[in-house]
Amino acid sequence: MSYQIIKVNNLVKKYDNEVVVDNINFYVNSEEFVTILGPSGCGKTTTLRMIGGFEVPDGGEILFKDKRVNDIPSNKRDVNTVFQKYALFPHLNIYENIAFGLRIKKIKESEIKNRVREALEMVRLVGYEKRSINAISGGQQQRVAIARAIVNKPKVLLLDEPLGALDLKLRKTMQIELKRMQQQLGITFIYVTHDQEEALTMSDTIIVMNDGKIQQIGTPIDIYNEPENAFVADFIGESNIFDGVMKEDYKIFFENGTFECVDSGFNKNENVDVVIRPEDINLSSNIDDGILGKVKSVIFKGVHYEMVVETNFNKWLIHSTKCFKIGEKVSIFFTPEDIHIMRKGE
Amino acid sequence: MFGKILDKPFIFWSVLFTLIPLCLIVFFCFTTSPFGLDQVDYSFSLENLQKVFEPMYMKIMLKSFQLALIATVICLLLGYPLAYKIANTSMKWQQVMVMLVVVPMWMNFLLRTYAWLLILGTNGYFNMFLDFIGLPKIEILFTDAAVVLGMVYNFLPFMVLPIFTVLRKMDNKLVDAARDLGATDSVIFRRIIFPLSIPGIVSGVSMVFMPAASTFVISSLLGGGQYMLIGNLIEEQFMRIGDWHFGSALSIILMVFILISMIIMNKYDSDEGSSGLW
Repeated sequence: MSYQIIKVNNLVKKYDNEVVVDNINFYVNSEEFVTILGPSGCGKTTTLRMIGGFEVPDGGEILFKDKRVNDIPSNKRDVNTVFQKYALFPHLNIYENIAFGLRIKKIKESEIKNRVREALEMVRLVGYEKRSINAISGGQQQRVAIARAIVNKPKVLLLDEPLGALDLKLRKTMQIELKRMQQQLGITFIYVTHDQEEALTMSDTIIVMNDGKIQQIGTPIDIYNEPENAFVADFIGESNIFDGVMKEDYKIFFENGTFECVDSGFNKNENVDVVIRPEDINLSSNIDDGILGKVKSVIFKGVHYEMVVETNFNKWLIHSTKCFKIGEKVSIFFTPEDIHIMRKGE
Repeated sequence: MFGKILDKPFIFWSVLFTLIPLCLIVFFCFTTSPFGLDQVDYSFSLENLQKVFEPMYMKIMLKSFQLALIATVICLLLGYPLAYKIANTSMKWQQVMVMLVVVPMWMNFLLRTYAWLLILGTNGYFNMFLDFIGLPKIEILFTDAAVVLGMVYNFLPFMVLPIFTVLRKMDNKLVDAARDLGATDSVIFRRIIFPLSIPGIVSGVSMVFMPAASTFVISSLLGGGQYMLIGNLIEEQFMRIGDWHFGSALSIILMVFILISMIIMNKYDSDEGSSGLW
C-alpha cells in the first residue's frame, strides 16, 4: 500500500532576503520516483537540501510520515543523499566509504560485510572493495556514492544531479540502472535534475520548478503532452510558442489566420500563448495549401532534421525525417490536436 | 626555450648555498687538522663522530630533542584548535585572524625573544602580576620552561598556517555527507576532518620541530649563559672554541636525526592516506 511519505507545505527559503524557494507544496508517495526538474537557480537543489536536513526552512513545514522534521538534523533523519559531486571520503577505500554509515550505527562486522557486498552487487562493483576512490573513474565513483547511501536502507533516497558529471552514454546507462535499483529496493527516490530527458525517462512524477515556484506536477506523459504554461512547454522539449488570441471556444487566431483547436474555457479575445511541438508539424513542398514559409536552416540531428521555417509572421522550429533544402518554399501543416493553448503568465 | 632557462637560478642557488656548504660540512666532519684550520695537513678521521656519541654530548642532544618535542606538542595542542577556529569563521574575520597570527613574525626575531626577558625576569611583569594578586614570585627565566615557552611563542604560526590551509581547502560536502550518513559532530571530527588534516599536521610538526631542535638563540637568551642545547653546542664549536670538525660532526648527526624523524612522520602520514583510520 503506498502512502504519502513526504509532504511539503508552504515551504519558503530565503538567502539574504532573496526568496529562493517561494511557498511550494507537494507530496511524495512511498516507493515513488519523483523528479524535481528545473533550470539552474530555480530552487530545486535548495528544496532537496531542506528535505535532507542541510538547510533550515524559513517558512512552512516538511512532514515525514506526517511528523514534522523541520528541526531534526540530517543525521537523525531516515533519509540518505547522493551528492552532486559524490562527496566520497578520499582517505577511505571503497569498502570503508560504503561501510561508513553502518559503522556509525554500530552494526556487527559480519553484517556490515554482507550488506556492503549486497550494495556492491547492486551497483555492480564487486571486487573493487580495496580500491582507493581516487583510482576509479567518475562513473564508478558515482556508483560508490549510490552504494554508500543505499546500504543504509533509507526510506527515502535524495539524489542531487548525480549524473551531471558523466558523459552522455554513461548517463543513459546509469538512468536505466537507477530506475532498476529503485524498483528492486522499493525505496522512494527524490531526484533533482535540469535534464528534461532524464526526468522523462526515469520518473513516476515530475515536479517542474522555475524561479522558486512549482510550475506543474504530473506524470511525464502529462507534463509533455499537456504542459500547463509556456515555461513548462518550452523547458520540456523544444516548442514553438506564438502569441495568439482566443476568438471563442475552439477557435484560435494566430499567424494571421483563425485555426480550429481543442481548447475551451478562455475569455473572448483573451491573449494567449499558442504552443506547437516541432515534431507535430508536417512540411510539404506542395505550396497550394497550408501556411506558406521558406526554409532558413537545416541541421541534421541523427534521427531527424531540425529546420527553421520563416513565414511572414513567425519563425517555426520543425523536426522532420524528411529533408528540405535551404531557401525552398514549403507549407506548414498541423492538426487541431497539435495546438496547445496556454494562459499568459503574469 | 624560456622554460629551459627557468631552472638555472634554482640550480645555481642550490649548488652554491646547499650543495657546496653540505660538502664542506661533510669534509670537516671526517677530517682533523691537528695544527689548526689554516694548515694544509687535513687527515681522514672518525674521531669527531665518535666524540659526538660520548655520553655528555648525547645527553645534550637528547635534551634538545626532548624540549623540541614538548614545544611541538604544545604548539599542536594550541595550534590545531586555533587553525580549526580560523578555518570555520567567515571570510572577513578569517583574514583578520590570520593576520593576528602572522603579525608577530614581522617583528625581529631577537626583539621578540628579548621581550620575554622583561616579562619573565625576577622583577618582570609576570612576577609583578603574581605579587599584585598576592602570590609568591616564581623563577621561570633561565629554566627549561622558559626555553619551551620561547619555542612555542616563536614557532606557533608555523603550526597554525599549514593546518589552517588544509582545513580551509576541505570540501564542506564531506561534512554534509558524513552527517547524512548519521555521524554526530564528534564522529565527523574524528573520522573525517582530523584524518584529512593529517598532511597539515605533518608539515606543521616538521616546521616547528626542526627549528626548535636546532635553535641556539632562544636557548641562550631564555635559558641563560650556561644553558646548553645542541644548537648552542654547535655554535660554541664554531664561534668560540674553533673546532670546526667537531661542530660539523654535531651538525651532521643532528641532520641525520631530524631526517630520520621526518621519514617516520611522512611514512605515518602516507599510511593513513591509503588505508583508512578504522
